[in-house]
Amino acid sequence: MSRTNANSARTAWLVIAGLVAFMVFLAGCGSSNDDNGGGEELQSLGKGEGEVNLVSWAGYVEPAWSKPFEQKTGCTVNNKVAGTSDEMVQLMRSGQYDGVSASGNATARLVDGGDVDPVNVSLVPNYETIFADLKDQPYNTFDGKPYGIPHGRGANLLMWNPDDVKPAPTSWDVVLDPKKAAAYKGQISAYDDPIYIADAAVYLKMHEPDLGIENPYELNEEQFNAAVDLLKEQQPNVGEYWSEAAKQIQAFAGGDATVGTTWQYQYFALQEEGKPVQASPASQGFLPKEGATGWSDTWMISSEAKNPNCMYEWMDWIVSPKVNAEVAEFFGEAPAQSLACDQTADKGFCAKYHADNPAFWERVYYWETPLADCGNGEEDCKDYNEWVQAWTSIKG
Amino acid sequence: MATESVVSRRPVGRRLAGLFHGRPRLQAGTLLAGPVGWLVIGYLGSLAVLLITAFWTVDPLSGEVVQGFSLENVETLVDEPVYRDIVGRTVLIAALVTLTDAILAFPIAFYMAKIASRRGKAILVVAILLPLWSSYLVKVYAWRTMLSNDGVINWALEPFGLQGPGYGMTAIWLVMSYLWLPYMILPIYAGLERIPDSLISASEDLGAHPFTTFRRVTLPLAFPAVVAGSIFTFALTLGDYITPRLVSNEQFIGNVIFANITNNQPFAAALALVPIVVMIAYLLVARRLGAFEHV
Repeated sequence: MSRTNANSARTAWLVIAGLVAFMVFLAGCGSSNDDNGGGEELQSLGKGEGEVNLVSWAGYVEPAWSKPFEQKTGCTVNNKVAGTSDEMVQLMRSGQYDGVSASGNATARLVDGGDVDPVNVSLVPNYETIFADLKDQPYNTFDGKPYGIPHGRGANLLMWNPDDVKPAPTSWDVVLDPKKAAAYKGQISAYDDPIYIADAAVYLKMHEPDLGIENPYELNEEQFNAAVDLLKEQQPNVGEYWSEAAKQIQAFAGGDATVGTTWQYQYFALQEEGKPVQASPASQGFLPKEGATGWSDTWMISSEAKNPNCMYEWMDWIVSPKVNAEVAEFFGEAPAQSLACDQTADKGFCAKYHADNPAFWERVYYWETPLADCGNGEEDCKDYNEWVQAWTSIKG
Repeated sequence: MATESVVSRRPVGRRLAGLFHGRPRLQAGTLLAGPVGWLVIGYLGSLAVLLITAFWTVDPLSGEVVQGFSLENVETLVDEPVYRDIVGRTVLIAALVTLTDAILAFPIAFYMAKIASRRGKAILVVAILLPLWSSYLVKVYAWRTMLSNDGVINWALEPFGLQGPGYGMTAIWLVMSYLWLPYMILPIYAGLERIPDSLISASEDLGAHPFTTFRRVTLPLAFPAVVAGSIFTFALTLGDYITPRLVSNEQFIGNVIFANITNNQPFAAALALVPIVVMIAYLLVARRLGAFEHV
């Protein structure tokens, strides 16, 4: 009895050991196949390949404008929605997609990894009329070459419930200064993403000038620790970290949150529901005095694109005035196309979202990828991995 | 000689049948090859890959995975106090949920198995299975709405001058206990069903107090079933990351895995080893307690 047991146990272990060896072998084979494309842009547009595979934010590729595109160009649109910038990078690294609507905290990673190619903007006629302040930005232009077509942008606003938060705040200190924030303990709503560390850096840039913060996404050890410490002090006061817009809307509507950082989308959605919410008024330039973080999305083309012609067609289509207006209104963001402002269903849309107000955007720090190399040649900045680890320790 | 030629002329099916005839090991082996292969490659194989990945690292500059043996991830897990807190919190809640469900489930299961009429039994089984038919997310979001400041729990407690727990650890404990209760009731019910009524009658006939009967007869016989149920509730709580995210700000092991999965897979893999180690320890303890002897 015991001998048979011992025998079968030995057999089982042998089988497992064999499998492990097999897996190690497989893992070894499947590695390092990352010779990236030459980084050359397309010179002339050819005939469409019949399909295009996209990675996008939810709401960016909808039948309302992808169906007409298919009819016009003959390129069938296959869309994969990604939930986070990290996921987008991961998907693009698979090499199975032609293009992506990347936010600024993904673009540098994609360029560095050789996952995307520069874009020949002369092949995208609608690029001409895109807002000038969206072109040639550090998150979409590398080595002087444009790596994508701007799609739209938004700012992270300070939103509060005027019934509870008095007087109306003019600064992020209401959520970040430990003494002031304590007044709203348990009711503060903060964005649940490592990139939120930059919000603290924007605040410190003004309030702790000795730290010498220039760019909130390029933080050295001292600056980074100051921002992380500030958020650790904030943590006990935070009622809820939100990542889905729906979660924050519910928290404000249900009285669980009274002040915090938000997107324009949630702010207008809550206002439409008739909930008492307010954001920084026009007299303050619509933003707290420190300015704010924000995002600007860019359509990029994969260096391994199998359907480059259809991808170029798509990039031109999505920033054409009518379509860009549609997608901006659907998603709740400022369109990148200046001519889109005449095409919106709500005539006041561009004004509401400050699309044509460069002064507003001057105070917005668009998301970028934190990299160790932050331009001083010393590689002493904190990279995104460290931001992620720090974010875990902030939430505790 | 003659027999050989007869064999070769038989059709393939019959030759195959002849091959298997009188060889029970071969029969069983062929029959099991598919499912066992699936189990070994699909489950154990992926676990092996996970185990290996945990010792890889990510190049800080390119973000590419570097293959090679390194204890960096495990060291981070052990050295950073925040990860110890998160593991401790996850295991604590898993233990609390298991205990709560065991206490709630036993009387219900006992009533179903020993007291309820046939009809009542059927109704109860349906009532317990019914919540499992609705989506997990719907149930958690419903709890989120109920627990909110303006939610129904605060509304109901207000007349008594009380307040609900709001979002936080208590909320996680409540929601998880609710979610996994059926997984505890059903195994205990099945275990109690198997105890012959005559044993309980015999205990009574011999003059034992009902409590003594429960303690000395029912509970020891039903104990393996309780442990079986606890494996469900414990493992399900240990692996969850959506409930903590929706009803609290607390991070579970799963939340940290989720945060790292796209940009640092090796670290996520190292974190994923923690629940595996905890579960193995749990199963070893359960075996010590004799949970698998009568299964």
